[in-house]
Amino acid sequence: MSDLLAARWLFGISLAFHIVFAAVGVAMPLFMVLAEWRWRRTGSAAHLELAKRWAKGTAILFAVGAVSGTVISFELGLLWPRFMAFAGSVIGMPFSLEGFAFFAEAIFLGIYLYGWERASPRLHLASGAVVAVSGAASAFFVTLANAWMNAPAGFRVEGGAPADVRPFAAMFPPGWSHEVVHVLLSCYAATGFAVAGIHASFLLRDRANAFHRAALRIALGVGGAAALLQPVSGDFSARQVAAVQPIKLAALEGQFETERGAPLRIGGLPDPERMETRWALEIPYGLSLLAFHDPGAEVKGLRAFPREAWPNTRHVHLAFQVMVGLGSLLAAVAAAGAALRLLRREPPRWYLRAVALAGPAGFLALEAGWLVTEWGRQPFTVHGILRTADSVTPVGGLALPFAGFTALYVLLGAVTAVVLRRQIARAAPGGGP
Amino acid sequence: MTAADLLGAALLSALVLYALLGGADFGGGIWDLLASGPRKAEQRALVERAIGPIWEANHVWLILVVVVLFTAFPPAFAAICIELFLPLVLLLVGIVLRGASFTFRAYVGSGDRAQARWGLVFSASSVLAPIVLGVVVGALASGRLGAAAHGAATLAWLAPFPLAVGLFAAALFAYLAAAYLAVEAEGALREDFRRRAIGAGAAVFACAALAGALSWREAPLVFAGLTRRSWSLALHVATAAAALTAFAALFRGRVRAGRAAAALQVALIVVGWGASQYPYLVVPDVTLASASAPRAVQVALLWALAAGGAVLFPMLAVLFRVFKGERAFSVVDRSR
Ligand code: HDD
Ligand code: HEM
Ligand code: HEM
Repeated sequence: MSDLLAARWLFGISLAFHIVFAAVGVAMPLFMVLAEWRWRRTGSAAHLELAKRWAKGTAILFAVGAVSGTVISFELGLLWPRFMAFAGSVIGMPFSLEGFAFFAEAIFLGIYLYGWERASPRLHLASGAVVAVSGAASAFFVTLANAWMNAPAGFRVEGGAPADVRPFAAMFPPGWSHEVVHVLLSCYAATGFAVAGIHASFLLRDRANAFHRAALRIALGVGGAAALLQPVSGDFSARQVAAVQPIKLAALEGQFETERGAPLRIGGLPDPERMETRWALEIPYGLSLLAFHDPGAEVKGLRAFPREAWPNTRHVHLAFQVMVGLGSLLAAVAAAGAALRLLRREPPRWYLRAVALAGPAGFLALEAGWLVTEWGRQPFTVHGILRTADSVTPVGGLALPFAGFTALYVLLGAVTAVVLRRQIARAAPGGGP
Repeated sequence: MTAADLLGAALLSALVLYALLGGADFGGGIWDLLASGPRKAEQRALVERAIGPIWEANHVWLILVVVVLFTAFPPAFAAICIELFLPLVLLLVGIVLRGASFTFRAYVGSGDRAQARWGLVFSASSVLAPIVLGVVVGALASGRLGAAAHGAATLAWLAPFPLAVGLFAAALFAYLAAAYLAVEAEGALREDFRRRAIGAGAAVFACAALAGALSWREAPLVFAGLTRRSWSLALHVATAAAALTAFAALFRGRVRAGRAAAALQVALIVVGWGASQYPYLVVPDVTLASASAPRAVQVALLWALAAGGAVLFPMLAVLFRVFKGERAFSVVDRSR
């Protein structure tokens, strides 16, 4: 394994691990505050119990998120020192502001978790709200940094170094709003469906349980709304990609030829040797319509770009299919839930089963989406400006830290799952020990 | 004062706060490892109660140091990450294991073997992390990291002076933690930690003497800072006065005064390190000026830090108020 490959794997695994806890850290505080708020309004015991149980789960996941995030902030330098030497000054602003969001999050989560008796009711509920807002703020800031890597702005390159840096222009590069919205929605959708899936599977065994019904309403209410908006926001993201990263769009869609009225391909396998995508279901004019809102629009194909600037189109296309497929599934489940709600029908068995099955789909879509973005930007770290191969550290022997950290993540992931399981088993009133 | 100097001062302030707050949390873990005597379980319970609500917030000071460093002085961040690759990886392992195991121990369910096992991981990683952190600081100050130009990881940190600084850091953090815990405990438990604070204070003294002696040969700039700069004497006198006050107060059972003096002593030690290293970020070839980001960035960052600080300090005050009582920072020992 070459050092560059080891660095890419290590960084990718670290982020894929962190992002799960980060997404939970964005959405879960909102759920727990909604539960507490409901209890304070109505005195419903189930909601108080729910807020306390969810807070415990959040505490465990937050701690793992905090330490895995720390690893990433160091790994930026440990693995990509030349990228940081180049870009640190340009994208440092959102990271620095993110630091203050972390402070707010950690401070008020401490008060929320340990302050049920010590803080006044008002301070307690307000602390939860601050945690929810600052969690979203930290995701907001860090996504701005990622948006800049996709569409670098706010500086000039002079002799290999950035010049004329305008930190606030760099902080809001073209298309930042699309990425930020899509990412925030993904946190609520993924966490909402994961939580709803757990409670739905309990409800399948015990339909009348007030605790799980309360949980399902909140998690599915927020997660479902996000899942319905996600395809709309994804459409904005896709048009943004079409405008500033045409080569990424071509890789996403497995589009090799430049053509007018390009079809949308569903599924299929791009073959970079034969320069065609086989076995796909093609919808005529679909891609031109979606990417440019014009059936006759010209879509640039991969062949319009030099071969060494291509990302791995097979990986990118497949990951994109997974995200969009799962996203459509979640949106369908959410729409069915909304319809049931409008008809004022109790959730029937088949629906609970669908929600339980859809539980993991949100997180799978979220991971797949990030792989689309990160793989699709290759071979560049900063789109069009700095190559990944030029970003990597000169330190050798990276296979060892890669193996070590991977083992550490596997261990942490497994233990987190066990500890959470115990909490959930205990949380099921009437069920479990 | 240039923008770079101000940002250097901001970095040093964040490090001081990290030592005083995050450092003490590591120190708590050290006392978890060293818990002994008839009140062993109570000692551990107190450590857990004291750091549970606040360690995550205290930990963010380190994140702030990292992001300010790479925003304001990007080449310095790159050089440090390359040359100190291995100790930084070890530091991360310590940080990850400490935070995760502390949480697992608290939530895994009481009384079983798993809890004891995670307790051991927690205390062992609380010893590892401060030592490695000290080694990193010692290596930066030693002037042995001359390889920046060659862009290679070195083993230059594996030398007596950085290792002595590592021990020094662990002793300092243990000392701080004991001094803080003596205030939070009562009765016999307070006695336990008061005595531990005095013992750790002696260890701090020994480690300081060792590191100081080694610096004569291995870290000339630090040694000069300790002995020959214009402000050396004043800083020494202040640090010594704080140390003596802390000892005297701890001996006489005035734990609040002892806590304040110990914190001041540690703050002055960190400031003394920073001042003796000025204007270098990595001795001998990366300075604040040579590693500076464009001025527009540094000025914008200063404003961002000022705005962030204006929000942050009131929030911290609320946190400590809720968990450390009305007189969270008081130095006056009232008799009850
Ligand atoms: C719950 C998760 C989730 C779901 C259901 C979807 N996405 Fe997504 N998508 C993400 C989670 C995500 C993400 C992980 O959050 C990404 C990675 C970076 C980003 O901006 O968001 C992403 C990226 C991303 C990109 C690439 C943006 C870039 O590289 O700049 C596009 C074009 C889309 N998405 C489009 C869609 C469409 C058309 C969807 C329709 C169903 C969809 N996404 C559902
Ligand atoms: C380069 C990428 C990233 C870096 C450097 C990074 C860094 C960090 C750090 C240092 C922490 C710990 C803060 C603490 O001590 O509380 C953290 C936690 C967090 N990060 Fe990240 N992160 C990255 C990617 C992301 C992404 C993509 C998101 C959001 C979508 C995100 C959202 C969060 C959140 C919400 C937390 C705190 C909540 C929790 O830990 O559960 N991060 N991150
Ligand atoms: C906002 C947050 C993020 C930032 C700032 C960020 C930044 C980076 C950087 C600097 C690199 C290294 C250089 C490169 O390979 O281009 C990288 C690579 C990578 N990242 Fe991200 N990333 C973020 C989120 C994520 C997430 C959430 C994932 C989760 C799946 C992820 C997966 C990867 C992978 C797999 C690579 C290696 C790509 C390759 O070399 O093929 N990233 N990212």
